[in-house]
Amino acid sequence: MQLKTTSAILYLDGISVSFDGFKALNELSFVIEPGEMRAIIGPNGAGKTTMMDVITGKTRPDNGEVYFGQGAYDLSKLDETQIAELGIGRKFQKPTVFDMHTVEDNLLLALKNDRGVRATLLWENSSAQQDRINQILDITRLGNARSRVAGSLSHGQKQWLEIGMLLAQEPKLLLVDEPVAGMTDAETMQTAELLKEINRDKTVIVVEHDMAFVRELDVKVTCLHEGSVLAEGTIDQVSANDRVVEVYLGR
Amino acid sequence: MGPFPLTRLLDRSSAVFLILLAAFAMVIPTLNLLVPASSGLHVSTYLVALFGKYICYAMLALSIDLIWGYAGILSLGHGAFFALGGYAMGMYLMRQIGTRGVYANPILPDFMVFLNWPELPIYWYGFNHFAYAALMIVLAPGLLAFVFGWFAFRSRVTGVYLSIITQAMTFALMLGFFRNNFGFGGNNGLTDFKDILGFNVQAETTRNALLVASCLALAICFLICRAVVTSKFGKVLVAIRDAESRTRFLGYRVEAYKLFVFTLSACMAGVAGALYVPQVGIINPSEFAPGNSIEAVIWVAVGGRGTLTGAVLGAFVVNYAKTFFTTGWLAPYWLFVLGGLFIAVTLLLPRGIVGTYEWWRARRAEKQAAIPIAADAPHAAE
Repeated sequence: MQLKTTSAILYLDGISVSFDGFKALNELSFVIEPGEMRAIIGPNGAGKTTMMDVITGKTRPDNGEVYFGQGAYDLSKLDETQIAELGIGRKFQKPTVFDMHTVEDNLLLALKNDRGVRATLLWENSSAQQDRINQILDITRLGNARSRVAGSLSHGQKQWLEIGMLLAQEPKLLLVDEPVAGMTDAETMQTAELLKEINRDKTVIVVEHDMAFVRELDVKVTCLHEGSVLAEGTIDQVSANDRVVEVYLGR
Repeated sequence: MGPFPLTRLLDRSSAVFLILLAAFAMVIPTLNLLVPASSGLHVSTYLVALFGKYICYAMLALSIDLIWGYAGILSLGHGAFFALGGYAMGMYLMRQIGTRGVYANPILPDFMVFLNWPELPIYWYGFNHFAYAALMIVLAPGLLAFVFGWFAFRSRVTGVYLSIITQAMTFALMLGFFRNNFGFGGNNGLTDFKDILGFNVQAETTRNALLVASCLALAICFLICRAVVTSKFGKVLVAIRDAESRTRFLGYRVEAYKLFVFTLSACMAGVAGALYVPQVGIINPSEFAPGNSIEAVIWVAVGGRGTLTGAVLGAFVVNYAKTFFTTGWLAPYWLFVLGGLFIAVTLLLPRGIVGTYEWWRARRAEKQAAIPIAADAPHAAE
């Protein structure tokens, strides 16, 4: 069923959200095309996290429209679980993996599968599941760490594991919040590679402060400011924009 | 992660445990029944009953470890399920007394005659049949746990709040069972048992048979626990224990998982209580006392929470110490010893006996494995 005629996988139009009079989002509009990767930048308080909250159903918009999947689903009418089931996965800023479990078991728990009590009690390992886990271990470069407990991983590896867990859930759209915060330069570059690889068959939105990382991604950039879009374009266009320089990048 | 049954259920320490348990179940009756009392190797009937009691405690500890060690549910009222199972068995044993009671009433147990009750209450019906009693031994604690858990877990009651309401539950049951009009013998409870399945409960052979039955039940409970914790279900439980909201966010219905494992654990505690009662010869409301439940939690902490064999070992070690301390001039100091033990284990041995041993072994294996890895460190760093 088509609620809205659009080719976009994610369509936001005129979204406003206010908390106690403070306008976190102010007439925010943008569209993401299927298969795209988009970087979202902006100063603190620009509304980046609130935008993610609206998309994942954590926050309801006061005004505006938000549609998923070529206009087939009105996200403002669904709750978090339903939206997750539609195939929107989110990685939060702080990595939260299961510390006592091995890397492999973390991925196993995240794999798209029946989540019921009976299904997990009677669960049996299958080669299809094992192949999928191996594939994700390859993508996230955690193959060597597969039998280590997640608690012993470095911060960067935990971030990758969490991205891997997100992949295991097989979402159509990934929202990734500050994936390189606290990473070394080498890890940051590897994460950029990783996201590019994921982007081959999935749509990705990355929120990030690290401009070197955003430049490495080499994708269309949206700069938010005070809850609306300030500038949009390639990284060179956006960083040359006078307003962006003034409010975000600094002179 | 081999094909289902054996390799998954029996890791090295589980196999060792089951072999030791089987040996115990064979050696003790042999030394009691076949070795003459004059021999130094003879095991007295008193000890047989004592060991039988320990085995039942071990089963209770196992049931607590399943929910506390793996799902992070700290029940401080598990003694209630143990006692309910015990009462169900006690009711069967009371009905077996028949005309041999003081008042020789073929239907009514002595305490009912004494209270001038004209007839048997409806909830005592059927307990003259062992099969029905056996069903109730599992069903009564299971049903209580299901209803209790249904409300508690759906309302997302966790941590210390859950512990407190489990305490309140067992305390409320204790007060109820103390009342004469509750119909379970008031503060005297149920006692003066004559026979079980036609065998005299006091007979040496019956006592040995009960010990063997308890060992068998413990082995079965252990294997059920192993099957649960080594399945994917068990991995979800550990995930719930360590990061409940994250697990929920992954799409697992945490309350359904908790409810299942809590009910299963209560059923096991019920079986433990049922085997306990014929071996000690009495069940009374003091079994519901909150202190008993807390003591059982200490057994698990001492043995090692989250290690099934540790729960069994902890029950044995602490109860042996209890028997040792409470039978001599040290008796008045037992509670100090128990409290001190709990503090010492929490501070010095937070993983418990078996947990510390396993940790030490894992570290040693890691160190040995680290040598070849160190050699190709440049590749690993990549």
